[in-house]
Amino acid sequence: MMLAIKEAASDMSPYVRKTAAHAIPKLYSLDSDQKDQLIEVIEKLLADKTTLVAGSVVMAFEEVCPERIDLIHKNYRKLCNLLIDVEEWGQVVIISMLTRYARTQFLSPTQNESLLEENPEKAFYGSEEDEAKGPGSEEAAAAALPTRKPYVMDPDHRLLLRNTKPLLQSRSAAVVMAVAQLYFHLAPKAEVGVIAKALVRLLRSHSEVQYVVLQNVATMSIKRRGMFEPYLKSFYIRSTDPTQIKILKLEVLTNLANETNIPTVLREFQTYIRSMDKDFVAATIQAIGRCATNIGRVRDTCLNGLVQLLSNRDELVVAESVVVIKKLLQMQPAQHGEIIKHLAKLTDNIQVPMARASILWLIGEYCEHVPRIAPDVLRKMAKSFTAEEDIVKLQVINLAAKLYLTNSKQTKLLTQYVLSLAKYDQNYDIRDRARFTRQLIVPSEQGGALSRHAKKLFLAPKPAPVLESSFKDRDHFQLGSLSHLLNAKATGYQELPDWPEEAPDPSVRNVEVPEWTKCSNREKRKEKEKPFYSDSEGESGPTESADSDPESESESDSKSSSESGSGESSSESDNEDQDEDEEKGRSSESEQSEEEGEKKKMKKRKKVPEGQREGSSSDEGSDSSSSSSESEMTSDTEEEQVEPASWRKKTPPSGKSAPAAKEISLLDLEDFTPPSVQPLSPPTVVSTSLAADLEGLTLTDSPLVPSLLSPVSGAGRQELLHRVAGEGLAVDYTFSRQPFSGDPHMVSVHIHFSNSSDTPIKGLHVGTPKLPAGISIQEFPEIESLSPGESTTAIMGINFCDSTQAANFQLCTQTRQFYVSIQPPVGELMAPVFMSENEFKKEQGKLTGMNEITEKLTLPDASRSDHVVVQKVTATANLGRVPCGTSDEYRFAGRTLTSGSLVLLTLDARPTGAAQLTVNSEKMVIGTMLVKDVVQALTQ
Amino acid sequence: MIHSLFLINSSGDIFLEKHWKSVVSRSVCDYFFEAQERATEAENVPPVIPTPHHYLLSVYRHKIFFVAVIQTEVPPLFVIEFLHRVVDTFQDYFGVCSEPVIKDNVVVVYEVLEEMLDNGFPLATESNILKELIKPPTILRTVVNTITGSTNVGDQLPTGQLSVVPWRRTGVKYTNNEAYFDVVEEIDAIIDKSGSTITAEIQGVIDACVKLTGMPDLTLSFMNPRLLDDVSFHPCVRFKRWESERILSFIPPDGNFRLLSYHVSAQNLVAIPVYVKHNISFRDSTSLGRFEITVGPKQTMGKTIEGVIVTSQMPKGVLNMSLSPSQGTHTFDPVTKMLSWDVGKINPQKLPSLKGTVSLQAGASRPDENPTINLQFKIQQLAISGLKVNRLDMYGEKYKPFKGIKYMTKAGKFQVRT
Repeated sequence: MMLAIKEAASDMSPYVRKTAAHAIPKLYSLDSDQKDQLIEVIEKLLADKTTLVAGSVVMAFEEVCPERIDLIHKNYRKLCNLLIDVEEWGQVVIISMLTRYARTQFLSPTQNESLLEENPEKAFYGSEEDEAKGPGSEEAAAAALPTRKPYVMDPDHRLLLRNTKPLLQSRSAAVVMAVAQLYFHLAPKAEVGVIAKALVRLLRSHSEVQYVVLQNVATMSIKRRGMFEPYLKSFYIRSTDPTQIKILKLEVLTNLANETNIPTVLREFQTYIRSMDKDFVAATIQAIGRCATNIGRVRDTCLNGLVQLLSNRDELVVAESVVVIKKLLQMQPAQHGEIIKHLAKLTDNIQVPMARASILWLIGEYCEHVPRIAPDVLRKMAKSFTAEEDIVKLQVINLAAKLYLTNSKQTKLLTQYVLSLAKYDQNYDIRDRARFTRQLIVPSEQGGALSRHAKKLFLAPKPAPVLESSFKDRDHFQLGSLSHLLNAKATGYQELPDWPEEAPDPSVRNVEVPEWTKCSNREKRKEKEKPFYSDSEGESGPTESADSDPESESESDSKSSSESGSGESSSESDNEDQDEDEEKGRSSESEQSEEEGEKKKMKKRKKVPEGQREGSSSDEGSDSSSSSSESEMTSDTEEEQVEPASWRKKTPPSGKSAPAAKEISLLDLEDFTPPSVQPLSPPTVVSTSLAADLEGLTLTDSPLVPSLLSPVSGAGRQELLHRVAGEGLAVDYTFSRQPFSGDPHMVSVHIHFSNSSDTPIKGLHVGTPKLPAGISIQEFPEIESLSPGESTTAIMGINFCDSTQAANFQLCTQTRQFYVSIQPPVGELMAPVFMSENEFKKEQGKLTGMNEITEKLTLPDASRSDHVVVQKVTATANLGRVPCGTSDEYRFAGRTLTSGSLVLLTLDARPTGAAQLTVNSEKMVIGTMLVKDVVQALTQ
Repeated sequence: MIHSLFLINSSGDIFLEKHWKSVVSRSVCDYFFEAQERATEAENVPPVIPTPHHYLLSVYRHKIFFVAVIQTEVPPLFVIEFLHRVVDTFQDYFGVCSEPVIKDNVVVVYEVLEEMLDNGFPLATESNILKELIKPPTILRTVVNTITGSTNVGDQLPTGQLSVVPWRRTGVKYTNNEAYFDVVEEIDAIIDKSGSTITAEIQGVIDACVKLTGMPDLTLSFMNPRLLDDVSFHPCVRFKRWESERILSFIPPDGNFRLLSYHVSAQNLVAIPVYVKHNISFRDSTSLGRFEITVGPKQTMGKTIEGVIVTSQMPKGVLNMSLSPSQGTHTFDPVTKMLSWDVGKINPQKLPSLKGTVSLQAGASRPDENPTINLQFKIQQLAISGLKVNRLDMYGEKYKPFKGIKYMTKAGKFQVRT
């Protein structure tokens, strides 16, 4: 058998190797003595580079030698990169194995231990990490590489997180759950949130899947409540849900309840209480109790609600409420004498033993608050003592003892009666208790030392119980595992190790390629299929996707680099590798064109941040030279050396800044790409937003505002009154785009008067405006006199009420009245707002459907550059630029002045000139007009 | 991993068992039966049951329990997902998945199960590959097999397993090349007593039926891809294209498959296409109650609402109901207390209503809660979220395929609280 497996493990066909991997655990279960030999085979198969084998061999690894974590080191990066192409079942196994691996090899991302970067390599990786975080932070990161962050995530750690993220979109619930637990256990706090959406999606699945997912969500929601809060409503319960799902959802809802959402949660709970499912009702009452303990503000409301439930006709409901009320009262007994009295009255009716016991305990504990009622209750209970359940009997004894201590005059006889009854009870527990109590409270001749402390013993202040979720401590089990679900260790469960104090040496994962692998590598590559997805690197995330990080590409020895290399070489140079080309087949064609497209983009973008690049490239170059020379060189070196050179041919501008080309080919690749990751034309972004900010601050025409965003509207000066019609008085107006000082809802209009007659014009003012509904005018102060040839400016504010209706008013001089009207272009009815890309997307998501207006247009050659587009748009409409990750998308945001509704404008321009303009606004009329205006401006 | 699989019907008989490792005695199922007894309804059986030596993971579909036995730690979803995949495969093979059908095709069932798991680890679960390995039964083939004594097992290894696109068979040939896509959206909603929406969300799927020759490479683009908030793909979809361009680009599997399922972002207001007016009251004094429901269209974008079915679980105290519908038929099952009213099409001019009285158990107190009303309906040619497919293109093959896209809106879990 062993021989057969060994042979099959080195077979040409990956399918045979896969089945060999399957055979390993079989043989192991038959004959565990062969473990060492089998481990050798596993080691060999782990090095396999095909996706088909990866899943099966990791499964074998988990069954045979899960403790040999050292076998993974060399294959870690490869597994991460292959992950996306492995079949679903394999993905689950690999992810959970990698979770354990990462726990042993990387530092906890949540700890704030400062880890100073001693070596440039670390600093270099630091920048990579920042890039992954989002396009916004890159420039800063590129500029200030070293020692900006106290904790630097190991690049391999980051690689794992990045490569698993797309799998959240998998159709298989098991894969999604596996990724979710990986993120929960490994990701920094800020990034865990991404899994919530995917998990909530799983709640739509079969009820068994829901059950498992909800268990895990319940655990997560205790630790990271914020994560699921936006999805609160997804956990609302339907009457058709199975009971177990209802109870789990209730658990989650309770965990998610906080100060702000508690009213809605409680309202939901209220409807649940009327459900037919009694188990569920009981759980709801418990949940209300937990909400009340956790959130002090609603404690009284909850308590009142529960007291009302006491008059419910269903006994179970009443009993459950009593139990919960008891717990709540323990927290603040003083104020609730009334409730205790109410409960005392209920003893006649309630039959559920647990509830009776709870009431008795409460009365006993707080007998001082109800001094008159307590003895009476004891009297009643003494009467029915023999018929009670054991648990009630115990509490009767308890009550009797407490009353005897506080109010012995009234209750002495009763207590003795109860104790005598208990003495002859059938249950020895009760007999014991009675004997014990009697010794304690009734002082005997021996004068027991204990009885002196009886009061202390019985009436000691007791700490209030903490109502906790049963999922509280479950997270020490790996989420998504069977053990977690059962809250007990299952056979074969591998403990999730704690984070190490010190990071183990990361260099163990570096792969220096020994000679033999290199050869077999070449051979293998002939038959190795190319993964369907162009490379796992590029897929990894939305922000860093398109331009796959050169660093990780170079350090991952396996496919990704070899492929991107081959892809480029086959499409661009003649030195292509024939083997590779053949096996790539048809499916890669489209990708090649994609790659080419990307390169074009890079080229285009490269021009923009030229200055910045110059600065960063030099020091980055030195950093990376040291890192890449360390050991990251791969088996594909020769190829890559060919490739960047050819690349450079195609991209002439890079030549001038690239230092002496050939010997640092890899490196060159690295310093070439970063600029392309930069958001497009950062200076523009900054200035626009800056301008928007500035406009909010200054009231005068500020010289600080860059000319790009002209302070004056693109419409320029408009004529209000021609000099002929005005008998020498010429009046123009402009929209200054500054907030009007008196009223933020008003558009401020600068009115320029010039007197071209030869007599002074006196007493210029606005006379009785005739305005449509809603529009109002803040007049400018009267201009006393305007001498011939002189001109002056006045500012007036008009609230157009978010419409483009003209404001008609009279312009009066001492002698004449002129009817004038100001009609605003739609773009002037808004003010820029500054928001981040994410905020923008979020807002845009809210404004779809009817609120979205889309128009296609073709940009003329003249207006294809960034600068022109931005200028034209901002000239047409008073909007603020929103930074944007992709090159040919432009985003602008503003709010209408009167109603403050958002106006979001997106322009998606293709290099070919085709473009699509989208405006999202609640005000559809404004949206439509704005689209028209902007299209006109852009196509001119 | 997975040791054994037991199939148990609703009357508690084990009618099929399959073991991948050593044989686990049937008696392990006793623990399952115990749990089943404890849970009053089939849905309430816990999916994971620990026993002293084994763990039983079960799914309940088509009135059959699929119980997997495992011995060691394994992610429970892994097993549950696999069991669902087994059910899907059966359905794919035999059209329906029911006890008689499984019994009729027991040979194929065993063959399929044997291929799906190897030593308890899933091996071939893509239906395209399985069908190459084991041919689905047809009448002709059954006849031939009985005569010649051959089996359905294919004699060669499926080529797809080794190819770049493991989900697609190679050498597919059709005379009519067709690609159909169904955009189906479901509205999940909870409407409260007064008719206001508590939660409403739209979940959608795109199911495809692609019968194209060769290795076509399809791209599907949307007019408004931004609507899709959260998506999950069939493995064939290139994730990268979606991330960067919001275009679905894929080499489709052959036949029926689910291309995409999505969730429309929760912030969007959901148009609720129907409303329910209800007046249900039970009186304490007499043992009679009043019952009245009217269903009407709300925001339907001019489309008619079809296939409306109203169901409601009445409280236990209800003995019988005497109702008269203005349209459609209604039934009330006095045992399960389930009222169901098949309304059919809603005519906006004449709203369907169901009126009558409810007789309650004499002496029993008034039920303290009103029943919730579950609603099912269908609207053809409308995707309620407004999602629209822009275009479908094919690359890689020369011929011109016939393309079709259908939209439909359905009620998902649509509940009205009364």
